[in-house]
Amino acid sequence: MAALAPIDSELWSDDAEPHLMGGRKADGEIVFPMPQGDAAKDVEPYKLSRHGKLWSWTSQGFLPKTPYEGRGSGPEEGPPDFVPFLLGYIELPGEVIVESYIVDAALDDLKLGMDMEFCIVPFNDQHTTFAYRPAGSGA
Amino acid sequence: MSDNVYIIGAGIHPFGRTDGRSGREQGVYAVREAMADAGLEWADIECAYGGSAAAGSADIMVNELGLTSLPFTNVANGCATGGSALASAQMAISSGMYDLALATGFDKHPRGSFNASPADYGLPEWYGQTGMMLTTQFFALKIQRYMQLHGISRETLGRVAVKAFKNGTITPHAWRRSEIDLDTVMNAPMINDPLTKFMFCSPAEGGVALILASEKKMKELGADGVKISKIAVKTRPPDSFEVFQAGVSVKEGGKPTVLASQAAFEGAGIGPEDIDVAQLQDTESGAEIMHMAENGFCADGDQEQWLAEGVTEIGGKLPVNTDGGCLACGEPIGASGLRQVYENVEQLRGRAGERQVPGADGSGPKTAYSHVYGAPGLSAVAILER
Repeated sequence: MAALAPIDSELWSDDAEPHLMGGRKADGEIVFPMPQGDAAKDVEPYKLSRHGKLWSWTSQGFLPKTPYEGRGSGPEEGPPDFVPFLLGYIELPGEVIVESYIVDAALDDLKLGMDMEFCIVPFNDQHTTFAYRPAGSGA
Repeated sequence: MSDNVYIIGAGIHPFGRTDGRSGREQGVYAVREAMADAGLEWADIECAYGGSAAAGSADIMVNELGLTSLPFTNVANGCATGGSALASAQMAISSGMYDLALATGFDKHPRGSFNASPADYGLPEWYGQTGMMLTTQFFALKIQRYMQLHGISRETLGRVAVKAFKNGTITPHAWRRSEIDLDTVMNAPMINDPLTKFMFCSPAEGGVALILASEKKMKELGADGVKISKIAVKTRPPDSFEVFQAGVSVKEGGKPTVLASQAAFEGAGIGPEDIDVAQLQDTESGAEIMHMAENGFCADGDQEQWLAEGVTEIGGKLPVNTDGGCLACGEPIGASGLRQVYENVEQLRGRAGERQVPGADGSGPKTAYSHVYGAPGLSAVAILER
């Protein structure tokens, strides 16, 4: 995993316990993702909470089209190589609700409002991405 | 200012897959049908508005229809392309500038789910690279939370699809023309939990055209018109939850559908209880369920009972998606919103054949409602009256 680079170098902090990066607007509102270009004016980078509550969830059962770069998207690959995954929205109380992969859980385990924690996971053979998993489920 | 605007001609090219005919050709077919319906020639049309999402510019249609020098404005508004074309045509007439206008929409999409480029929506690349930028996921995420909060069962989602395919069997312009039973719908491959394959509509092809007239012109022509009571198009308010959002506000914001619906009812001077037939955006089963409440027809959670009791069937108190909606017709983006209006025009004129809604007193519906929703968070509602 050490050889894998983040899917986006500014998406999470490089702390030992990394945080997903959002932005704090002049009026105090927390947003995700951190705006880019002119929209980033007066928005300060903000380390989002590593803990949140499950707001909604679903499964991805088919191979997404481009620009998807996960399993099954390679030139020699196709739908049989695709590995279904879980995703959802995590409410970071008082901050923002973020869309994220959900790992270390089965569909039937997921319940509205359950505690979730931030983690970094391998995405493909080049990159890592961020995810949330049920609190306490990690190593 | 012209007081009222009427739809005096309606044409459709059957939805689905038509190999060998381009999207625009399907649009031209629909325009010719609409002109024949209204008893008009192309040279009579004074201005036109139209568009497609993936089948080229609408104004090129003059090559086939005739070089009459009319102003033809292209409309590109995602799923609300048709609704925006209709609203523009209505304004052209109500302003008093024109007496006859065309609103048209057509499309032809490749098979499979729509794909979108993050940059086109002002989103970072990782959002697409990791496979989180899919419209189907948004609808699943929205209905999943809604089901938990309001007690909607998976079976109710299935019932929406069963009704759609049943209505499709008696609709000449529908794509899916055979019934699919509840077990088959429920046990079909899961696309995005809780939505199975048969609970989603598919990208498709088709074309629709509507001819609008001032009251004066309609009377002069002796045409069979349906009055446009109100069209409302609204984009998203602050803090709302829409398709393609990597982050959502913790403040529960408003919804574009609620805003469009309220504006339409207020403009028409009637309420949800006065509507005899409704076409609600049903890109998947959950959307129809949620849009029933967002458009003011029922309270959150009532849908469970409504679907079980058949309230939204053709013979029910509020028939919804009488032609099978997007689920049975597929979704050619540029044409889809106008299909709903076409269906309502046919229902109000008593020309809907086997799927004709009886109306409150058995003499046909008097009011009809249509609603579309699309990325990146906009809704268009049209209320028609006989």
